[in-house]
Amino acid sequence: MSAPEPVSALKAGSMLVRRDLRLALRRPGEWLQPLVFFLVVTTLFPLATNPELSRLRDMAPAALWVAALLSSLLALELLFREDGQDGTLEQLAVSGLPLAWLLLAKTCVHWLLTGLPLVLVAPLAATALGAPYASIPGVLAALLLGSVALSLIGAVGAGLTLGLRRGGVLLALLVLPLAVPVLIFGARATALAIALEPMAAPMYLLAAIAVLSATLAPLAAAAAVRISLE
Amino acid sequence: MFSAIKLQLWRGDQHVLRGLCFTVAAGRCLQLTGVNGSGKSSLLRALCGLLPLEAGAVVWRGADTAADRHAFHAELAWLGHGTALKGDLTAAENLRYSAGLRRTLSGAEIDGALATVGFANADQRLARQMSAGQQRRVALARVLLLECPLWLLDEPTANLDSRGQEMFNQMLDAHLQRGGLAIVATHQALALPAQRLQELELS
Repeated sequence: MSAPEPVSALKAGSMLVRRDLRLALRRPGEWLQPLVFFLVVTTLFPLATNPELSRLRDMAPAALWVAALLSSLLALELLFREDGQDGTLEQLAVSGLPLAWLLLAKTCVHWLLTGLPLVLVAPLAATALGAPYASIPGVLAALLLGSVALSLIGAVGAGLTLGLRRGGVLLALLVLPLAVPVLIFGARATALAIALEPMAAPMYLLAAIAVLSATLAPLAAAAAVRISLE
Repeated sequence: MFSAIKLQLWRGDQHVLRGLCFTVAAGRCLQLTGVNGSGKSSLLRALCGLLPLEAGAVVWRGADTAADRHAFHAELAWLGHGTALKGDLTAAENLRYSAGLRRTLSGAEIDGALATVGFANADQRLARQMSAGQQRRVALARVLLLECPLWLLDEPTANLDSRGQEMFNQMLDAHLQRGGLAIVATHQALALPAQRLQELELS
Protein backbone atom coordinates (compact mmCIF):
# COMPACT_ATOMS: atom_id res chain seq x y z
CA MET A 1 0.00 0.00 0.00
CA SER A 2 1.44 3.36 -0.99
CA ALA A 3 0.54 6.93 -0.15
CA PRO A 4 -1.81 8.88 -2.41
CA GLU A 5 -0.41 11.46 -4.80
CA PRO A 6 0.30 14.52 -2.64
CA VAL A 7 -1.05 17.91 -3.64
CA SER A 8 1.26 20.78 -4.43
CA ALA A 9 2.20 23.13 -1.61
CA LEU A 10 0.55 25.94 -3.55
CA LYS A 11 -2.80 24.17 -3.66
CA ALA A 12 -2.54 23.19 0.00
CA GLY A 13 -1.93 26.83 0.88
CA SER A 14 -4.93 27.99 -1.14
CA MET A 15 -7.08 25.32 0.56
CA LEU A 16 -6.07 26.68 3.94
CA VAL A 17 -6.75 30.26 2.83
CA ARG A 18 -10.23 29.33 1.59
CA ARG A 19 -11.03 27.47 4.80
CA ASP A 20 -9.98 30.36 7.01
CA LEU A 21 -11.89 32.88 4.89
CA ARG A 22 -15.03 30.76 5.06
CA LEU A 23 -14.69 30.41 8.82
CA ALA A 24 -14.23 34.17 9.16
CA LEU A 25 -17.38 34.77 7.11
CA ARG A 26 -19.37 32.61 9.53
CA ARG A 27 -18.28 34.65 12.54
CA PRO A 28 -17.56 38.22 11.49
CA GLY A 29 -17.70 39.57 15.03
CA GLU A 30 -14.28 38.23 15.94
CA TRP A 31 -12.56 39.99 13.08
CA LEU A 32 -14.43 43.26 13.44
CA GLN A 33 -13.29 43.79 17.03
CA PRO A 34 -9.70 44.94 16.26
CA LEU A 35 -11.05 47.25 13.55
CA VAL A 36 -13.59 48.84 15.87
CA PHE A 37 -10.86 49.18 18.50
CA PHE A 38 -8.67 51.07 16.01
CA LEU A 39 -11.49 53.42 15.05
CA VAL A 40 -12.51 54.08 18.65
CA VAL A 41 -8.97 54.86 19.80
CA THR A 42 -8.20 57.19 16.89
CA THR A 43 -11.49 59.09 17.22
CA LEU A 44 -11.10 59.43 20.99
CA PHE A 45 -7.81 61.28 20.58
CA PRO A 46 -9.27 64.52 19.18
CA LEU A 47 -11.91 64.48 21.92
CA ALA A 48 -9.35 64.13 24.69
CA THR A 49 -7.13 66.97 23.58
CA ASN A 50 -7.16 70.55 22.39
CA PRO A 51 -8.98 70.36 19.04
CA GLU A 52 -6.69 72.91 17.46
CA LEU A 53 -5.85 71.63 13.97
CA SER A 54 -2.07 72.09 14.10
CA ARG A 55 -1.92 70.30 17.46
CA LEU A 56 -3.98 67.40 16.13
CA ARG A 57 -1.77 67.10 13.07
CA ASP A 58 1.32 66.85 15.27
CA MET A 59 -0.26 64.03 17.19
CA ALA A 60 -1.89 62.18 14.29
CA PRO A 61 1.04 59.87 13.35
CA ALA A 62 1.53 58.74 16.93
CA ALA A 63 -2.19 58.18 17.47
CA LEU A 64 -2.59 56.25 14.21
CA TRP A 65 0.40 54.01 14.72
CA VAL A 66 -0.07 53.25 18.40
CA ALA A 67 -3.70 52.38 17.69
CA ALA A 68 -2.68 50.23 14.72
CA LEU A 69 -0.04 48.41 16.77
CA LEU A 70 -2.37 47.72 19.70
CA SER A 71 -5.18 46.65 17.41
CA SER A 72 -2.87 44.19 15.63
CA LEU A 73 -1.84 42.79 19.04
CA LEU A 74 -5.52 42.36 19.92
CA ALA A 75 -6.07 40.46 16.68
CA LEU A 76 -3.05 38.18 17.15
CA GLU A 77 -4.93 36.15 19.73
CA LEU A 78 -7.12 34.91 16.89
CA LEU A 79 -4.27 33.75 14.70
CA PHE A 80 -3.29 30.32 16.06
CA ARG A 81 -5.13 29.96 19.39
CA GLU A 82 -8.14 27.98 18.21
CA ASP A 83 -6.18 25.85 15.76
CA GLY A 84 -3.77 24.98 18.55
CA GLN A 85 -6.52 23.95 20.92
CA ASP A 86 -8.56 21.78 18.58
CA GLY A 87 -5.57 19.91 17.12
CA THR A 88 -5.58 21.54 13.68
CA LEU A 89 -2.01 22.78 14.04
CA GLU A 90 -0.93 19.28 15.06
CA GLN A 91 -2.48 17.95 11.85
CA LEU A 92 -0.71 20.65 9.83
CA ALA A 93 2.61 19.83 11.51
CA VAL A 94 2.39 16.16 10.46
CA SER A 95 0.80 16.78 7.06
CA GLY A 96 4.05 16.29 5.16
CA LEU A 97 3.79 19.85 3.85
CA PRO A 98 6.18 22.64 4.83
CA LEU A 99 4.74 24.07 8.05
CA ALA A 100 6.30 27.51 7.45
CA TRP A 101 4.43 27.78 4.16
CA LEU A 102 1.09 26.78 5.74
CA LEU A 103 1.58 29.28 8.55
CA LEU A 104 2.42 31.97 5.99
CA ALA A 105 -0.91 31.20 4.28
CA LYS A 106 -2.71 31.51 7.62
CA THR A 107 -0.92 34.79 8.36
CA CYS A 108 -1.92 36.15 4.94
CA VAL A 109 -5.59 35.48 5.73
CA HIS A 110 -5.10 37.06 9.11
CA TRP A 111 -3.69 40.19 7.48
CA LEU A 112 -6.53 40.24 4.92
CA LEU A 113 -9.06 40.17 7.76
CA THR A 114 -7.41 42.45 10.31
CA GLY A 115 -4.63 44.43 8.59
CA LEU A 116 -6.28 45.38 5.32
CA PRO A 117 -9.58 46.63 6.84
CA LEU A 118 -7.51 48.79 9.16
CA VAL A 119 -5.70 50.31 6.17
CA LEU A 120 -9.03 50.87 4.44
CA VAL A 121 -10.59 52.81 7.33
CA ALA A 122 -7.37 54.75 7.96
CA PRO A 123 -8.44 57.69 5.69
CA LEU A 124 -11.39 58.21 8.01
CA ALA A 125 -9.22 58.13 11.11
CA ALA A 126 -6.53 60.31 9.52
CA THR A 127 -9.09 62.93 8.46
CA ALA A 128 -10.54 62.97 11.97
CA LEU A 129 -7.03 63.74 13.21
CA GLY A 130 -6.71 66.68 10.81
CA ALA A 131 -4.55 65.15 8.08
CA PRO A 132 -4.91 67.08 4.80
CA TYR A 133 -6.57 65.17 1.93
CA ALA A 134 -3.42 65.28 -0.16
CA SER A 135 -1.59 63.29 2.51
CA ILE A 136 -4.03 60.35 2.56
CA PRO A 137 -2.25 58.20 -0.11
CA GLY A 138 1.01 58.50 1.80
CA VAL A 139 -0.64 57.62 5.12
CA LEU A 140 -2.28 54.59 3.47
CA ALA A 141 0.95 53.37 1.89
CA ALA A 142 2.82 53.54 5.19
CA LEU A 143 0.07 51.68 7.05
CA LEU A 144 -0.15 49.07 4.29
CA LEU A 145 3.52 48.14 4.60
CA GLY A 146 3.48 48.46 8.39
CA SER A 147 0.43 46.24 8.87
CA VAL A 148 1.99 43.48 6.74
CA ALA A 149 5.13 43.58 8.87
CA LEU A 150 3.11 43.64 12.12
CA SER A 151 1.04 40.58 11.13
CA LEU A 152 4.15 38.60 10.20
CA ILE A 153 6.15 39.57 13.30
CA GLY A 154 3.07 38.85 15.40
CA ALA A 155 2.82 35.33 13.99
CA VAL A 156 6.12 34.43 15.68
CA GLY A 157 4.85 35.66 19.05
CA ALA A 158 1.50 33.93 18.56
CA GLY A 159 3.33 30.67 17.83
CA LEU A 160 5.47 30.97 20.94
CA THR A 161 2.56 31.71 23.31
CA LEU A 162 0.34 29.01 21.80
CA GLY A 163 0.52 26.60 24.70
CA LEU A 164 -0.06 29.20 27.41
CA ARG A 165 -3.44 29.64 29.01
CA ARG A 166 -3.18 33.40 29.46
CA GLY A 167 -0.68 34.27 26.80
CA GLY A 168 -1.96 37.78 26.09
CA VAL A 169 0.45 39.79 28.23
CA LEU A 170 3.43 37.64 27.33
CA LEU A 171 2.48 37.96 23.67
CA ALA A 172 2.59 41.76 24.01
CA LEU A 173 5.97 41.59 25.78
CA LEU A 174 7.40 39.37 23.04
CA VAL A 175 6.02 41.21 20.05
CA LEU A 176 6.27 44.88 21.07
CA PRO A 177 10.09 45.12 21.08
CA LEU A 178 10.19 43.54 17.60
CA ALA A 179 7.46 45.88 16.42
CA VAL A 180 9.18 49.06 17.63
CA PRO A 181 11.12 49.64 14.35
CA VAL A 182 7.83 49.38 12.43
CA LEU A 183 6.31 51.93 14.80
CA ILE A 184 9.25 54.34 14.49
CA PHE A 185 9.55 54.32 10.71
CA GLY A 186 5.80 54.08 10.17
CA ALA A 187 5.09 57.09 12.38
CA ARG A 188 7.95 59.00 10.76
CA ALA A 189 6.65 58.26 7.26
CA THR A 190 3.15 59.30 8.30
CA ALA A 191 4.43 62.53 9.86
CA LEU A 192 6.24 63.41 6.63
CA ALA A 193 3.14 62.55 4.59
CA ILE A 194 0.95 64.78 6.75
CA ALA A 195 3.51 67.61 6.44
CA LEU A 196 3.35 66.97 2.65
CA GLU A 197 7.07 66.35 2.50
CA PRO A 198 8.95 63.56 0.65
CA MET A 199 8.62 60.35 2.68
CA ALA A 200 10.78 57.97 0.64
CA ALA A 201 13.48 57.30 3.25
CA PRO A 202 11.29 55.86 6.04
CA MET A 203 9.16 54.07 3.42
CA TYR A 204 12.21 52.21 2.10
CA LEU A 205 13.03 51.10 5.62
CA LEU A 206 9.42 50.04 6.25
CA ALA A 207 9.45 48.05 3.01
CA ALA A 208 12.74 46.43 4.01
CA ILE A 209 11.25 45.38 7.37
CA ALA A 210 8.17 43.99 5.61
CA VAL A 211 10.25 41.95 3.15
CA LEU A 212 12.57 40.73 5.87
CA SER A 213 9.67 39.58 8.05
CA ALA A 214 7.94 37.93 5.08
CA THR A 215 11.00 35.76 4.51
CA LEU A 216 12.09 35.04 8.07
CA ALA A 217 8.93 35.22 10.22
CA PRO A 218 7.20 32.13 8.75
CA LEU A 219 10.29 30.01 9.46
CA ALA A 220 10.51 31.34 13.01
CA ALA A 221 6.75 30.88 13.50
CA ALA A 222 6.98 27.26 12.31
CA ALA A 223 9.80 26.55 14.75
CA ALA A 224 7.82 28.26 17.54
CA VAL A 225 4.67 26.27 16.77
CA ARG A 226 6.62 22.99 16.76
CA ILE A 227 8.02 23.82 20.20
CA SER A 228 4.57 24.77 21.50
CA LEU A 229 3.11 21.48 20.26
CA GLU A 230 5.60 19.35 22.18
CA MET B 1 7.44 -2.01 7.90
CA PHE B 2 7.58 0.29 10.87
CA SER B 3 10.00 -0.13 13.74
CA ALA B 4 11.04 1.68 16.85
CA ILE B 5 14.61 1.16 18.01
CA LYS B 6 15.65 1.81 21.60
CA LEU B 7 13.41 4.82 22.18
CA GLN B 8 14.30 7.03 25.13
CA LEU B 9 11.89 9.77 26.11
CA TRP B 10 11.81 12.13 29.07
CA ARG B 11 8.83 14.27 30.00
CA GLY B 12 10.03 16.80 32.55
CA ASP B 13 11.76 14.68 35.20
CA GLN B 14 9.90 11.49 34.24
CA HIS B 15 11.64 8.84 32.22
CA VAL B 16 8.68 7.71 30.11
CA LEU B 17 10.26 5.39 27.57
CA ARG B 18 13.32 3.38 28.54
CA GLY B 19 14.85 1.76 25.50
CA LEU B 20 11.57 0.67 23.92
CA CYS B 21 11.83 -1.52 20.80
CA PHE B 22 9.13 -2.96 18.57
CA THR B 23 8.39 -3.77 14.95
CA VAL B 24 5.08 -3.72 13.11
CA ALA B 25 4.86 -5.48 9.74
CA ALA B 26 2.52 -4.58 6.89
CA GLY B 27 -1.03 -5.75 7.49
CA ARG B 28 -0.65 -5.78 11.26
CA CYS B 29 -1.90 -3.64 14.09
CA LEU B 30 -0.06 -2.83 17.29
CA GLN B 31 -2.36 -2.15 20.21
CA LEU B 32 -0.87 -0.01 22.97
CA THR B 33 -2.29 -0.59 26.42
CA GLY B 34 -1.31 0.48 29.89
CA VAL B 35 -2.71 2.42 32.81
CA ASN B 36 -3.48 6.12 32.47
CA GLY B 37 -0.28 8.11 32.45
CA SER B 38 1.87 5.19 31.31
CA GLY B 39 2.98 7.16 28.25
CA LYS B 40 0.76 5.86 25.45
CA SER B 41 0.03 9.31 24.07
CA SER B 42 3.64 10.42 24.52
CA LEU B 43 4.84 7.36 22.63
CA LEU B 44 2.44 8.00 19.75
CA ARG B 45 3.37 11.68 19.59
CA ALA B 46 7.05 10.75 19.62
CA LEU B 47 6.48 8.26 16.78
CA CYS B 48 4.76 11.03 14.79
CA GLY B 49 7.66 13.35 15.32
CA LEU B 50 5.67 15.82 17.40
CA LEU B 51 7.76 15.03 20.49
CA PRO B 52 11.53 14.95 20.13
CA LEU B 53 13.16 11.72 21.31
CA GLU B 54 16.18 11.78 23.59
CA ALA B 55 17.65 8.79 21.82
CA GLY B 56 16.60 6.01 19.50
CA ALA B 57 15.17 5.94 16.02
CA VAL B 58 11.79 5.50 14.37
CA VAL B 59 12.27 3.60 11.15
CA TRP B 60 9.74 3.57 8.30
CA ARG B 61 10.37 1.60 5.10
CA GLY B 62 13.95 1.04 6.16
CA ALA B 63 14.82 4.72 6.59
CA ASP B 64 15.11 6.80 9.74
CA THR B 65 12.09 9.11 9.82
CA ALA B 66 14.16 11.94 11.30
CA ALA B 67 16.12 12.07 8.03
CA ASP B 68 13.14 12.91 5.82
CA ARG B 69 10.19 13.97 7.92
CA HIS B 70 8.08 15.25 5.04
CA ALA B 71 8.23 11.95 3.15
CA PHE B 72 7.28 10.06 6.32
CA HIS B 73 4.44 12.43 7.19
CA ALA B 74 3.05 12.18 3.66
CA GLU B 75 2.31 8.51 4.41
CA LEU B 76 1.01 9.06 7.92
CA ALA B 77 -2.53 9.60 9.16
CA TRP B 78 -2.48 10.86 12.74
CA LEU B 79 -5.47 11.22 15.04
CA GLY B 80 -4.74 12.70 18.45
CA HIS B 81 -6.95 13.86 21.30
CA GLY B 82 -8.09 16.91 19.36
CA THR B 83 -10.42 16.10 16.48
CA ALA B 84 -9.16 19.14 14.48
CA LEU B 85 -12.72 19.92 13.43
CA LYS B 86 -13.86 23.49 12.97
CA GLY B 87 -17.06 24.18 14.89
CA ASP B 88 -18.44 26.51 12.25
CA LEU B 89 -18.07 24.11 9.33
CA THR B 90 -20.22 21.10 8.44
CA ALA B 91 -18.82 17.57 8.46
CA ALA B 92 -18.32 17.55 4.68
CA GLU B 93 -16.69 21.01 4.67
CA ASN B 94 -14.35 20.02 7.47
CA LEU B 95 -13.20 16.99 5.50
CA ARG B 96 -12.95 18.87 2.20
CA TYR B 97 -10.56 21.38 3.73
CA SER B 98 -8.57 19.20 6.12
CA ALA B 99 -8.10 16.09 3.97
CA GLY B 100 -8.16 18.18 0.77
CA LEU B 101 -5.07 19.93 2.05
CA ARG B 102 -3.14 16.72 1.49
CA ARG B 103 -4.74 15.05 -1.52
CA THR B 104 -7.18 15.77 -4.28
CA LEU B 105 -10.67 14.79 -3.21
CA SER B 106 -14.02 14.46 -4.93
CA GLY B 107 -17.34 15.15 -3.25
CA ALA B 108 -18.36 11.52 -3.74
CA GLU B 109 -15.29 10.32 -1.84
CA ILE B 110 -16.19 12.55 1.09
CA ASP B 111 -19.79 11.29 1.11
CA GLY B 112 -18.48 7.72 0.89
CA ALA B 113 -16.15 8.18 3.85
CA LEU B 114 -18.92 9.81 5.89
CA ALA B 115 -21.24 6.92 5.07
CA THR B 116 -18.56 4.42 6.13
CA VAL B 117 -18.29 5.99 9.57
CA GLY B 118 -22.07 5.88 9.94
CA PHE B 119 -22.82 9.47 9.00
CA ALA B 120 -25.31 8.54 6.31
CA ASN B 121 -27.59 11.50 6.96
CA ALA B 122 -25.21 13.94 5.25
CA ASP B 123 -26.80 16.83 7.04
CA GLN B 124 -25.84 20.47 7.10
CA ARG B 125 -25.23 20.47 10.84
CA LEU B 126 -22.18 22.39 11.99
CA ALA B 127 -19.52 20.45 13.87
CA ARG B 128 -20.21 22.34 17.09
CA GLN B 129 -23.81 21.12 17.07
CA MET B 130 -22.66 17.50 16.96
CA SER B 131 -22.10 15.24 19.94
CA ALA B 132 -18.54 14.27 20.91
CA GLY B 133 -19.07 10.80 19.42
CA GLN B 134 -20.25 12.22 16.11
CA GLN B 135 -17.24 14.52 15.95
CA ARG B 136 -15.00 11.52 16.56
CA ARG B 137 -16.67 9.74 13.64
CA VAL B 138 -15.95 12.68 11.34
CA ALA B 139 -12.32 12.66 12.51
CA LEU B 140 -12.15 8.93 11.66
CA ALA B 141 -13.58 9.72 8.24
CA ARG B 142 -10.61 12.04 7.71
CA VAL B 143 -8.22 9.19 8.58
CA LEU B 144 -9.98 7.09 5.92
CA LEU B 145 -9.85 9.84 3.31
CA LEU B 146 -6.12 10.44 3.71
CA GLU B 147 -5.55 6.89 2.37
CA CYS B 148 -2.22 6.64 4.13
CA PRO B 149 -0.51 3.28 4.72
CA LEU B 150 0.34 4.11 8.32
CA TRP B 151 -2.24 5.03 10.96
CA LEU B 152 -1.26 6.34 14.37
CA LEU B 153 -4.43 6.67 16.44
CA ASP B 154 -4.69 7.85 20.02
CA GLU B 155 -7.90 6.67 21.71
CA PRO B 156 -9.82 6.59 18.42
CA THR B 157 -12.89 5.05 20.01
CA ALA B 158 -13.25 7.62 22.81
CA ASN B 159 -16.88 8.76 23.03
CA LEU B 160 -17.99 6.18 20.45
CA ASP B 161 -21.02 4.02 21.22
CA SER B 162 -20.89 0.23 20.81
CA ARG B 163 -21.96 0.43 17.16
CA GLY B 164 -19.29 3.02 16.59
CA GLN B 165 -16.68 0.71 18.05
CA GLU B 166 -17.85 -2.07 15.78
CA MET B 167 -17.61 0.31 12.83
CA PHE B 168 -14.06 1.22 13.89
CA ASN B 169 -13.06 -2.45 14.06
CA GLN B 170 -14.35 -3.03 10.53
CA MET B 171 -12.60 0.08 9.27
CA LEU B 172 -9.33 -1.00 10.88
CA ASP B 173 -9.62 -4.56 9.57
CA ALA B 174 -10.22 -3.30 6.02
CA HIS B 175 -7.16 -1.06 6.32
CA LEU B 176 -4.97 -3.96 7.47
CA GLN B 177 -6.28 -6.22 4.71
CA ARG B 178 -5.18 -3.63 2.15
CA GLY B 179 -1.67 -3.99 3.58
CA GLY B 180 -1.77 -0.97 5.87
CA LEU B 181 -0.23 -0.65 9.31
CA ALA B 182 -1.78 0.77 12.44
CA ILE B 183 -0.64 1.63 15.94
CA VAL B 184 -3.62 2.22 18.17
CA ALA B 185 -3.69 3.26 21.81
CA THR B 186 -6.97 2.03 23.25
CA HIS B 187 -8.39 0.12 26.19
CA GLN B 188 -11.16 -1.39 24.12
CA ALA B 189 -10.55 -4.91 22.88
CA LEU B 190 -9.94 -4.80 19.13
CA ALA B 191 -11.89 -7.46 17.26
CA LEU B 192 -9.13 -8.46 14.87
CA PRO B 193 -7.84 -11.89 13.81
CA ALA B 194 -5.00 -12.95 16.13
CA GLN B 195 -2.42 -12.98 13.31
CA ARG B 196 -3.09 -9.31 12.64
CA LEU B 197 -2.92 -8.09 16.20
CA GLN B 198 0.02 -7.62 18.52
CA GLU B 199 -0.07 -5.96 21.90
CA LEU B 200 2.36 -3.80 23.81
CA GLU B 201 1.72 -2.94 27.41
CA LEU B 202 3.43 0.16 28.72
CA SER B 203 4.19 0.41 32.40
